[in-house]
Amino acid sequence: MNAQNERKIRILLAKPGLDGHDVGAKVVARALIDAGFEVRYTGLRQSPEDIVTAARDFKADVIALSILSGSHIPICTRLKSLIDEYQLSDRLWIAGGNIPAEDHERLREIGVDAVFNTSSSLEDIVAAVQKKALEHAR
Amino acid sequence: MQDKLNQDRRFNESGIEIKPLYTAEDVATSHIGDGDGIGEPGAFPFTRGIHREMYRKRPWTMRQYTGFGNAEDTNERFKYLIRTGNTGLNVAFDLPTQCGYDSDDEMAKGEVGRVGMAIDTLEDMEIAFDGIDIENITVSLTVNGSAAIMIAMYLVMAEKRGFDLAKLRGTCQNDILKEFVGRGTWIYPVESSVRLVADTIEYCAKNMPLYSPVSVCGYHIRESGATPTEEMAHGFCIAKAYLDEGLKRGLDIDEFAYRMSFNFNIFGQFFEQICKFRAGRRLWAKILKEQYGAKNPRSMWLRMIAGGGGSGLTIEQPENNIVRGAYYALISALSGAQTIALCCYDEAYTIPSEKAQRLSLRTMQILIEEMGLTDTVDPLAGSYFVETLTNQMEDEIVRIMGEVDENGGIVKMISKGEIQAHVSKGAYEHQRKLESGEFRKVGVNCYRVEEDEPSVEMHPYKAEDADKQVDRLKKIKAERDDAAVDKALARLREAATGSENMMPAIIEAVRAYATVGEISQVLKSVFGKYAEPAIF
Repeated sequence: MNAQNERKIRILLAKPGLDGHDVGAKVVARALIDAGFEVRYTGLRQSPEDIVTAARDFKADVIALSILSGSHIPICTRLKSLIDEYQLSDRLWIAGGNIPAEDHERLREIGVDAVFNTSSSLEDIVAAVQKKALEHAR
Repeated sequence: MQDKLNQDRRFNESGIEIKPLYTAEDVATSHIGDGDGIGEPGAFPFTRGIHREMYRKRPWTMRQYTGFGNAEDTNERFKYLIRTGNTGLNVAFDLPTQCGYDSDDEMAKGEVGRVGMAIDTLEDMEIAFDGIDIENITVSLTVNGSAAIMIAMYLVMAEKRGFDLAKLRGTCQNDILKEFVGRGTWIYPVESSVRLVADTIEYCAKNMPLYSPVSVCGYHIRESGATPTEEMAHGFCIAKAYLDEGLKRGLDIDEFAYRMSFNFNIFGQFFEQICKFRAGRRLWAKILKEQYGAKNPRSMWLRMIAGGGGSGLTIEQPENNIVRGAYYALISALSGAQTIALCCYDEAYTIPSEKAQRLSLRTMQILIEEMGLTDTVDPLAGSYFVETLTNQMEDEIVRIMGEVDENGGIVKMISKGEIQAHVSKGAYEHQRKLESGEFRKVGVNCYRVEEDEPSVEMHPYKAEDADKQVDRLKKIKAERDDAAVDKALARLREAATGSENMMPAIIEAVRAYATVGEISQVLKSVFGKYAEPAIF
């Protein structure tokens, strides 16, 4: 999907908060790299400030969060105001992890563009990022 | 017929080929070791179990993992579990507590009491165990980064209730090396973190000889993507690293090795798991005897908790997890586990409900009361297949341990992120196989059904509990003797800066109601914070 002269789509994959479950984040990072994206993985314990700073510095097209502790609503709520403040609201914002179905709509209301859960396949995640990133680029 | 069988080659997750038929010849030719055989239960090399009578004398301890909200909520659930038949407790702490933050810290926002119980000061620990007979119900503290503080709080709580520390039993997970591989609740750099573990080992050996300060976890390494033999090999390498630290402190191996315990995973193939444990038990005994010169047979025991296995559970058709859990309990019982903490069917969604916890307990009680699983020791011994695979698993664990040694040893490999990269590659390959259907998972890539929202009762998160927790913290800070706290923290700083054992200073700080955050902050200011290697 990337023409020779186009730069690769850049994805910042972050682990916000104190959640240490990073198996899924690392698996998704590898899948996105294999699919041709440029991925920067932040590692654990990122504050919302760390995440927006990293997204700005990396010139990320996509901000991806992995959260399995159940604190996705407070984290995304805090992140939303910083995303606006750092003028990153034009970037694609996705989140995945242990996120109950009833919270997907709430996350979308906060401003998350796409939500995945622990049963989402790599294929689906990659396809959704490709599709959404293209829509976003328009 | 033979040709067809030859084409259908099958391998277990550890990469060992499984044949359609095993005979006595396979047992005889399968071991590259010294032919020490399986022996008798309760005797070296303990293949058949660490005790002569095993469950006949006493069934395994049933120790369900629990904790949420604040100490009052958790105390109530502890009491429910004990009423229902739990014979031990296994405490879940929230992430701020595990990572060394107070409940009012900016980093704790939204996390207080979320995945476990919030503990800020000794008072929370006192409330959590109020009215619980900690002499007969042993307590396992599932905490690592802040383990030294939680051990200190637990012992001060027990002491205040009149317990003799020399007789205090219990376990702390306190396996920081595996936290760098999986689970991720590290705080300080690797070397300082290991020093803290060694301090707890030394302190307990001298003051609390019945307490198990470390439970080495292959469990989380397996969860992170390791194979069953890698789980054992990496776990043993880590356990040896702690033993080496104890020896460096001048302890005799028989003074502390007998309190080392283990936590292993259970999901995967039935016989592979059972043979993993039988092989591991024999190998660990040989390591202690031959490499460490242990004389006391107890030092050679592989004492273990098993039964969990979150990665084996599925979010699809969650009721299938009830069946998986029953097999996991059966595997643990056939493997001679000392303690079982059986995962709950709703765990892929939420903190287990009372009903799900009860179902896990009933699963174990059915094995004990109805199925005769406690009547005879190591009932699978002598099976051509089981003994052959036990031999092969042992050889494979030895091979992987040798590979780790050749690459500079486990501490160095973890510091450089090499173990992490290896297991995370394993997790990726596993996920690929799961999606391609090569690795079968019922309800996930075969026998799927289109489901409406599954009927799992979600654990409610009460934000007001977090507010209450912060209020209590403020109240304690206002009422305590600040001079005593400052003095204790200054002493801790001095100990941390030098080479003195930090436990006495941590205990003094805890006694003065210093907080988890304050104590951790002192150590962070001396040791710095861990920086994750960039490779994954």
